[in-house]
Amino acid sequence: MEIQQLQAIATQVRRDIVRMVSGANSGHPGGSLGCADFLTVLYFEMMKHNPNHFSMDGKEEDLFFLSNGHISPVWYSVLARSGYFPIEELATFRKLNARLQGHPSTDKKIPGVRMASGSLGQGLSNAIGAALTKKLNHDNRTVYTLHGDGELQEGQIWEAAMYAAANKVDNLIATIDYNGRQIDGDVEDVLSLGDLNGKWQAFGWEVLEMDGHSYPDLIETLSKAKSMTGNGKPIVIIMKTEMGQGVDYMVGSHKWHGVAPNVEQLQQALIQLEETLGDY
Amino acid sequence: MKQFEILGKKDTRSGFGEGLLEIGRQNPDVVALCADLTGSLKMDAFLKEFPERFFQAGIAEANMIGMAAGMTIGGKIPYTGTFANFSTGRVYDQIRQSVAYSQKNVKICASHAGLTLGEDGATHQILEDIGMMRMLPHMTVIVPADFNQTKQATMAIADHKGPVYLRFGRPVVPIFVQPDAKFTIGKADVLIEGTDVTIIACGHLVWKSIEAAQQLAEQGISAEVINMHTIKPLDEKAILDSINKTKCVVTAEEHMLNGGLGDAVAQVLARHLPTPQEYVGVNDTFGESGTPDELMVKYGLDTPNIVEAVKKVIKRK
Repeated sequence: MEIQQLQAIATQVRRDIVRMVSGANSGHPGGSLGCADFLTVLYFEMMKHNPNHFSMDGKEEDLFFLSNGHISPVWYSVLARSGYFPIEELATFRKLNARLQGHPSTDKKIPGVRMASGSLGQGLSNAIGAALTKKLNHDNRTVYTLHGDGELQEGQIWEAAMYAAANKVDNLIATIDYNGRQIDGDVEDVLSLGDLNGKWQAFGWEVLEMDGHSYPDLIETLSKAKSMTGNGKPIVIIMKTEMGQGVDYMVGSHKWHGVAPNVEQLQQALIQLEETLGDY
Repeated sequence: MKQFEILGKKDTRSGFGEGLLEIGRQNPDVVALCADLTGSLKMDAFLKEFPERFFQAGIAEANMIGMAAGMTIGGKIPYTGTFANFSTGRVYDQIRQSVAYSQKNVKICASHAGLTLGEDGATHQILEDIGMMRMLPHMTVIVPADFNQTKQATMAIADHKGPVYLRFGRPVVPIFVQPDAKFTIGKADVLIEGTDVTIIACGHLVWKSIEAAQQLAEQGISAEVINMHTIKPLDEKAILDSINKTKCVVTAEEHMLNGGLGDAVAQVLARHLPTPQEYVGVNDTFGESGTPDELMVKYGLDTPNIVEAVKKVIKRK
């Protein structure tokens, strides 16, 4: 797909995000906007998957696990725009009886979601398990995960990191949304991650870095990561993003981590985000 | 009264080990994970025969549960093995989100449950696990009574699609379930028929309940004994059928009174058939170091405690 086409999808995804969060009057717009480019490239350019015939087992497909489940708006939008379920359903986000729960779940059988997430730190373990099963099944496809940077404060992440390297889980590409913000403020102030690149290297992972808003970089780095699978090491990409990317008054602030825009703020955001594929 | 022959003596965890090996031979989708307790869980035989289907997680139980949940995607049936404390309390949130809420086909196999873990003391003697696990939607909770039944249950849960908590123990105890008995999840075994009182027990307390029934028979009291090996889903019909006849009940378990089998039975009776009930279990206290037998006596989980509870409840009829 051409970069312009991917960008057009991501712009619509950003419109979906702010409209969903505003419609629900709750949710997490900041991190969702920051990961819109990444998830668009992953689902529309990188992954082999089957949106029209979702299967829980996902055999012979690439799998994706969202470990930082609170950025569900961006995932739901990308899943709907990929064809997993009708885009009109995005209007039901966080509403009673909806399949689009506040945090992703399998409970109501929403196509595209294979694991509940929300309580942080569990997705890397889940992804390792799925990757191990792929190896047992002689299935050569890749397992992807996305994590928040604040999420790396959870101890289970490092249990999983140790396991994956020690056991050569090399069909796994984890990405860290390194926006530097969490609910209480900057990650650096709340609980610094220190030398993050060095930490992953010390745990035995291949470490790549990329700009999460540069399409050439996203495509090149994800392709490079893909080419590094099967070489005995798990791969992690530290992806630099801006929380709130695409909406000027949200960019770079932790204040929009978990707050919905009001009607005026929504209009101000939508002016900045062209309707490219048609709103839901 | 039906007499029970002791067929031998073994630990229930060895029943798990044999059952795992056998179901591993029958079902190639069965995989096993362990958190540095392979010998204690008797998983060595499975590891030896199926090294490619065994995953050593190290002392990292949260990651083990998370991986097990992920392994179901693609059709594997993971059995996780560690002590009951580290199988539940330590990883409650991982089980809640990745296994129960996500409805993953994970079998959480928990050894060294309860006081009979013995000398290691209260840090390892979990007495709250049945309660925690039975509170989780979608979770099936099984507490088999002896070596044979643990082996049978270990194999039966592979055919049940959904999360299962399987609880067993460390000490060598009498075997009385026939080796060829069929294990049906959710169907209680009425071991002894009686008319004066119903004793409902699980795990190590089932044999002690049989012993109690024998002693009571000598004193002219006819006790019905039910092996409630499945705590969830609970066999309500078996409970009500029996208590409609006996009009009083004693529950016996190696667990806290709060949240355990006794609570589950009381809930059924409160709704359908209010009945005098006495409880044999641990009353809101932690355990301590000691031999399994010493601890069962000190904490009131021995055969005489069941006899005493029966006499007390009969007076309340």
